[in-house]
Amino acid sequence: MLLENIKMSWMNIVKNKLRSFLTMLGIVIGVASIIALISLVQGASDNISSEVTKLGGNKILINIFGTPLKQGLSINEAENIGMLENVHGYSPTISGKTSVVYNGNVMEGISVQGKNDVYFTTDPDLLHSGRAINILDLESRSQVAVIGSNIVKDLFYAIDPLGKKITINGTSYVIIGTLKATTGFSLGSTNDTVVIPYTTAFRSLGVKTISSLDVFLDDTNLADETVMAIKGVLNQAFNYKEDAYTIFNMGDIIESFQSIMSMMSLLLAGIAAISLVVGGIGIMNMMLVAITERTTEIGLRKALGATPFTIQLQFLIESIFLSIIGGLAGILLGTLLANILAALIGVWVSVSLPTYTLAMGFSAAVGIIFGFMPARRASRLNPIDALRSL
Amino acid sequence: MNEILNMQDICKSYFIGEEEIKVLQNVVLTMHQGDFLSVLGPSGSGKSTLMNIIGCLDIPDSGRYLLTGHDVSNLDETELARIRNKEIGFVFQSFYLLPRLSALQNVELPLVYSGLPPSERRKRAAQMLSRVGLGDKMRNLPNQLSGGQQQRVAIARALVTNPSLLLADEPTGALDQATGQQIIHLFEELNRDGKTIIIITHDCNIAAHACRVVHILDGRLTEKELIPDAAGKH
Ligand SMILES: Nc1ncnc2c1ncn2[C@@H]1O[C@H](COP(=O)(O)OP(=O)(O)O)[C@@H](O)[C@H]1O
Ligand SMILES: [Mg+2]
Repeated sequence: MLLENIKMSWMNIVKNKLRSFLTMLGIVIGVASIIALISLVQGASDNISSEVTKLGGNKILINIFGTPLKQGLSINEAENIGMLENVHGYSPTISGKTSVVYNGNVMEGISVQGKNDVYFTTDPDLLHSGRAINILDLESRSQVAVIGSNIVKDLFYAIDPLGKKITINGTSYVIIGTLKATTGFSLGSTNDTVVIPYTTAFRSLGVKTISSLDVFLDDTNLADETVMAIKGVLNQAFNYKEDAYTIFNMGDIIESFQSIMSMMSLLLAGIAAISLVVGGIGIMNMMLVAITERTTEIGLRKALGATPFTIQLQFLIESIFLSIIGGLAGILLGTLLANILAALIGVWVSVSLPTYTLAMGFSAAVGIIFGFMPARRASRLNPIDALRSL
Repeated sequence: MNEILNMQDICKSYFIGEEEIKVLQNVVLTMHQGDFLSVLGPSGSGKSTLMNIIGCLDIPDSGRYLLTGHDVSNLDETELARIRNKEIGFVFQSFYLLPRLSALQNVELPLVYSGLPPSERRKRAAQMLSRVGLGDKMRNLPNQLSGGQQQRVAIARALVTNPSLLLADEPTGALDQATGQQIIHLFEELNRDGKTIIIITHDCNIAAHACRVVHILDGRLTEKELIPDAAGKH
């Protein structure tokens, strides 16, 4: 019986090709736009998300502005933070801008940053070649440097920079490593940076205090407690002047970024869903017309023994059929559209299985919801009136 | 002999606004297996209303109706549909074949609603088409058949569930004289094979072929001899 219903539905759809096509168009457009929009937003969000996540979800960023009396954080105070519970390690930054000289060539305005070993161990993607700054460098305040990709390009064209000596702020440093080039969406580019041991930087840059500190956590779930503890140390250091520093939990930032993105994709999907509803109304309209046209057929089928349920099922299957065919076409069109748009914008897009399932589910639901009323109306037709109508 | 149909005091009225139109008034009718009955009456006398009730397309306002011994006066729509499928074969004036189905598929249709498997349906439908003389036209669509052939397909469709009662409402109304005669002969043949048949008509020449004739006038049924000049009224 079900098979018979499906066969009949198919015949009726094929018989009215143009009308069925126009009716399905609403669903096709609705599903296609849902797929294209969700995939695009997801693609863009994945792209940005992975960049943001690279910065570290287990990281707390502290920027020190200081007070007139105390310009920055001392090494002892940084160590106090390092000894707090749930703190895995910390990486201070001491920065200055200066010139770099190699073999008579000068580069001006280079950011020189004093860092420690933790800076390198927490991000294994940082180093391009050579070695990182280690504890021995820090203890002995070695004159070593790790240089960014633009500096390699400008000062060491076709030369291996490892082992060469550069002059920073009048002092000579041995290059022990190079940094990987950062590209595209990347935040905080290190291409124009020279990294030296922070202990060395205190002396050579003439800086006495730490201006920023990255703190790495063992357990991100306890981030809030750790932030409180860090605030305690900082408040003590700066005499409870809260504007002497800012403190960011990267985990919070990533989380809120992700929730904004998923809200956006929901919003867009919602807008696309409106076109599905319009498509559904189209299906309802076509089914109502079909029932009027086929009143006699319905009456005859009832006379031959079709129960109201059977009739209802037949028309419901027909509308579900319409919406599912429309849904499949919409999936094809939407995938195509998403890929074309992605190529134009330049983001990488993948249409995920959940998106397909969602789109299919939606279109089937549209068929059921908007087919229900017409099917019910057909099932309630009085066979006597229906047969008299001819 | 088995009692197929037993109607007692069947009444049916329609209301147009406040006004009550008594379409059937205290109709009493019994039929036994193998009967060939015709219901004769002028247009508007209530023939179709009676047929709808006999055919379980409608229920009476009052009275008792036993079909093959079962009371069907108070069934709901679904139960009535099952009874129609099993016990009644309808033949209509304008055939009512589905235009996009072949003759064979049209005949199969009632068996779809009986829930028979496709192979069995096809076999029975083919047998029945051969029985009405259309063994070579099974694949034809209705519009590839003459009026008489279409009515034969409709008769095959009515017979394919092997119903207790064959119910024909003006079955020759849309056919020319000669073709109509052939159809009537088919009914006579079927009756000789034991089918219980009711033919509803306003034409006493047609009615004369039946073994029993009842007259209906203004919703009242009377069983009497044919009035010879009723043929002229038509
Ligand atoms: N649904 C209805 N509503 C109101 N009046 C009806 C309805 N059906 C039939 N009638 C009336 O009942 C009478 C008998 O109709 P019908 O049974 O169709 O007669 P016949 O088939 O003998 O021509 C007619 O007067 C007709 O107008
Ligand atoms: Mg009539």
